[in-house]
Amino acid sequence: MEDLTSLKQEDNQEPEEAEQPWEEITAASSQDPVPGLPEPLESEQGPETGLQPGSSPPQSSQSRTSTPLNDLTGLGASSPPSFPQEPTSTPSTLALARQDLWSPWKSDKTTSVIPEARTAHSNHLEQSSDKGESAPHQKCQSEGNTFQQSQQTKHHLHEPKDASHNNSKLKELRLDIFQEEDSNSNYDLDHPEPGTSEVTPNMLEIAIQNAKAYLLKTSSKSGLNLYDHLSNMLTKILDERPENAVDIIENISQDVKMAHFSKKLDTLQNEYEMLPIYETAEKQKALFLQGNLEGADQELEDEIAENSLPNVMESAFYFEQAGVGLGTDETYRIFLALKQLTDAHPIQRCRFWGKILGLEMNYIVAEVEFREGEDEEEMEEEDVTEERDNGDSEADEDDEDELPKSLYKAPQAIPKEESRTGANKYVYFVCNEPGGPWVKLPSVTPAQIVIARKIKKFFTGRLDTPIISYPPFPGNESNYLRAQIARISAGTHVSPLGFYQFGEEEGEEEEEVEGGRESFEENPDFEGIQVTDLVESLSNWVHHVQHILPQGRCNWFNPVQKNEEEEEEEDEEKEEEEKEEPDYIGQEVGPPLLTPISEDLEIQNIPPWTTRLSSNLIPQYAIAVLRSNLWPGAYAFSNGKKFENFYIGWGHKYSPDSYTPPVPPPVYQEYPSGPEITEMDDPSVEEEQAFRAAQAAAELAAEENEETEEDEDEEDEYD
Amino acid sequence: MDAESLLLSLELASGSGQGLSPDRRASLLTSLMLVKRDYRYDRVLFWGRILGLVADYYIAQGLSEDQLAPRKTLYSLNCMEWSLLPPATDEMMVQTSVVKGRFTGDPSHEYEHTELQKVNDGEKVFEEEVVVQIKEETRLVSIIDQIDKAVSVIPRGALFKTPFGPVHVNRTFEGLSLSQAKKLSSYFHFREPVELKNKTLLEKADLDPSLDFLDSLEHDIPKGSWSIQMERGNALVVLRSLLWPGLTFFHAPRTKNCGYIYVGTGEKNIDLPFML
Repeated sequence: MEDLTSLKQEDNQEPEEAEQPWEEITAASSQDPVPGLPEPLESEQGPETGLQPGSSPPQSSQSRTSTPLNDLTGLGASSPPSFPQEPTSTPSTLALARQDLWSPWKSDKTTSVIPEARTAHSNHLEQSSDKGESAPHQKCQSEGNTFQQSQQTKHHLHEPKDASHNNSKLKELRLDIFQEEDSNSNYDLDHPEPGTSEVTPNMLEIAIQNAKAYLLKTSSKSGLNLYDHLSNMLTKILDERPENAVDIIENISQDVKMAHFSKKLDTLQNEYEMLPIYETAEKQKALFLQGNLEGADQELEDEIAENSLPNVMESAFYFEQAGVGLGTDETYRIFLALKQLTDAHPIQRCRFWGKILGLEMNYIVAEVEFREGEDEEEMEEEDVTEERDNGDSEADEDDEDELPKSLYKAPQAIPKEESRTGANKYVYFVCNEPGGPWVKLPSVTPAQIVIARKIKKFFTGRLDTPIISYPPFPGNESNYLRAQIARISAGTHVSPLGFYQFGEEEGEEEEEVEGGRESFEENPDFEGIQVTDLVESLSNWVHHVQHILPQGRCNWFNPVQKNEEEEEEEDEEKEEEEKEEPDYIGQEVGPPLLTPISEDLEIQNIPPWTTRLSSNLIPQYAIAVLRSNLWPGAYAFSNGKKFENFYIGWGHKYSPDSYTPPVPPPVYQEYPSGPEITEMDDPSVEEEQAFRAAQAAAELAAEENEETEEDEDEEDEYD
Repeated sequence: MDAESLLLSLELASGSGQGLSPDRRASLLTSLMLVKRDYRYDRVLFWGRILGLVADYYIAQGLSEDQLAPRKTLYSLNCMEWSLLPPATDEMMVQTSVVKGRFTGDPSHEYEHTELQKVNDGEKVFEEEVVVQIKEETRLVSIIDQIDKAVSVIPRGALFKTPFGPVHVNRTFEGLSLSQAKKLSSYFHFREPVELKNKTLLEKADLDPSLDFLDSLEHDIPKGSWSIQMERGNALVVLRSLLWPGLTFFHAPRTKNCGYIYVGTGEKNIDLPFML
């Protein structure tokens, strides 16, 4: 029985406390607020004080042996700590009182309990049930006592914890006991009291047992009963010991009820829900293990010599000073993912460009420069598709020979820039999470950049999502992403003045190279600039990525049909003047490479860059931080010698005015206006009548002329 | 985010990229303690950071026992000295709705706005151009209020309403389960409910009055103005608002950790319908 085990645990755990002077206990018992059985308590104590000293030695010896009992019967119960904390109050006296009664049982129990707790339980049960018949006296007392306990519900803590799985079994036993007691007419003999007071405890006993029976009644709706629920709840409270438990008692009650039901589904639910976490962890584990596969020393040296991987952690450290960053762990994983990228592809230089947030997933972008001659595969594919398109359009035209041919000629598509030049200088790889596969983004075409400037869409995180917009974007999300990356790079990648210089092989400055110089190299003599200078003046920073012309390219391309295109481009120029550099009509010229950012235009009185020192408190070690106001999320830092650019954001440009979609162009004049196709109004009634009258008059005149010749025939014909 | 779990919260919210530098973090940890003591708040939240052109505003909010009572907002430029902001009024909202553009970062800056006002001069009515000065502090107050009303988030079950009215933190809140965490309906607006009364009786019958007393995020207009993502496998759920870009709400399912932070320019994204 649960009661037995609980009480025995108490006994085992509190041998020393039990042996403490009886005075305390008796004092406590006198204050016992338990109604109904104050007399039996004291009376029990009376005869048992004599027994107590006798039983304490066996108790102490058993305490040691019974600790394994505690462990086994504990079964995950956290009760042991709670018990020593209990004040030595009446329940413990009852426990002590009962110790000697059950000490014979105890000795039996300890020997049998060690192998298995559950068998111990069942042993107890058997023992109790066996002895129940023989010693109804003890049982009933225990029932009475346990009922007292139930009023001070603390002691039923063990019931659910230890024997939650045996709950039903034990309940049955309890009920059996009840029935036994009810049937046993001698139950009132159990109370060691004089016979005179037999009648009142009788009534009380009945009342108590009725109340308990009521509490144990199972609910018809949920199958729970109040007794169990209260005991579960109080177990939980005593385990967790929340503060002000009385305020949250209803919530605890709800939680216990919910826990009761969800237990069965536990294994299923856990398996389903945890899988995605494990998958991601597996992927990331692969990241960490990749280094171990290559064990040879030679390869290690090669790796170090190659040095194509940037020191992401170092940059992350500096950016953290500026308050920008993804957190150390995430950055480290990205670092490993970049390493994976560099191992898989022949990459000369690689850089962590940034992170673009999306609706469903985010993009981690790496800027990569391939080694010479490695990226020619794409070009061939695109040529093939273009040829196919031309073939189709010719076939259509043959069928429609008879219909008027449209004279509309689309403006010549501006060819995209070669790889490694202009907007396609770098190749970009993206992945959704570190550990995920890296996908190469296609090269950007000028048309895509032009239209990307006119639309504003969120990224979803899936590269194949179509972009539905007006003007229609030629491509899907991967193209849009690439176009935005190109724009951001062109607008916000800056470096301290002097870090890069033009290569001397370019030729002399007198030559007007169209589009400006393209190549630059690191300046080996760069001495660094004072951080304070970097912060104070924007002229100490220069763009090191070519500006993208309104045409969509960095190097001006002169299309064959000049007139139409120039007009269109002029319109585009005017639209963008507010946002970007002013371009001359005619050849589009943008600011040359390595222009200082102090030349950047303001947007409606907002300076294009905000500079800050990373820390005002310790300026000697602070770094200069640049924040772009044009592209929110673009940051650059420099500590005088080193610098780095970074982007984290949604991938859109800032505009103080709200976005207005462009108006569709006017309808194209397909046919020249001429008399044969111009519509004329239908004649009105008067006009028709006048016309007919005029016609009739003309006929009359003609017929009068013929009258002289044929008189007889004319009369017939008039009708 | 709660000032008490500031470091962990910042780490969890770092997916959006904008956080705090170490010196700001350190200063916040100390100064928020002092704020709590001086003003005797029950809870102090670090609300976030508004990026200005010259300087940034760091915002903190103090809550009393009743979590839905009007909060006190404080701002600081250096995370050490905090100044109390006046509570927001509707008048302020109207006044500052005409101001556009970035915050400058200088609290005494005044925006000038010319308005045409009708002036009655005897019998004549003519319009006069009046230049209205709007202080940046006022603008700050109303923007913070708007952001709170529009996009501050709390998961279902984190607060509960007592029968007497005040709303308390639910200490038995153990976090949302994974399946619940992925649904927008398990997140509520952390403000006085506006739409609760409009629910049908059938819907109301399923609600638990002590837990479901706030508006859910599900019915926000425009639909899709929240981006809900799981990061780190399924160990962290992050909600980002698209209406006020910069607001990040994070919650680790099955744990008590949750909170939101705003780091942004303080401007509403009016282009949202075009962008979805």
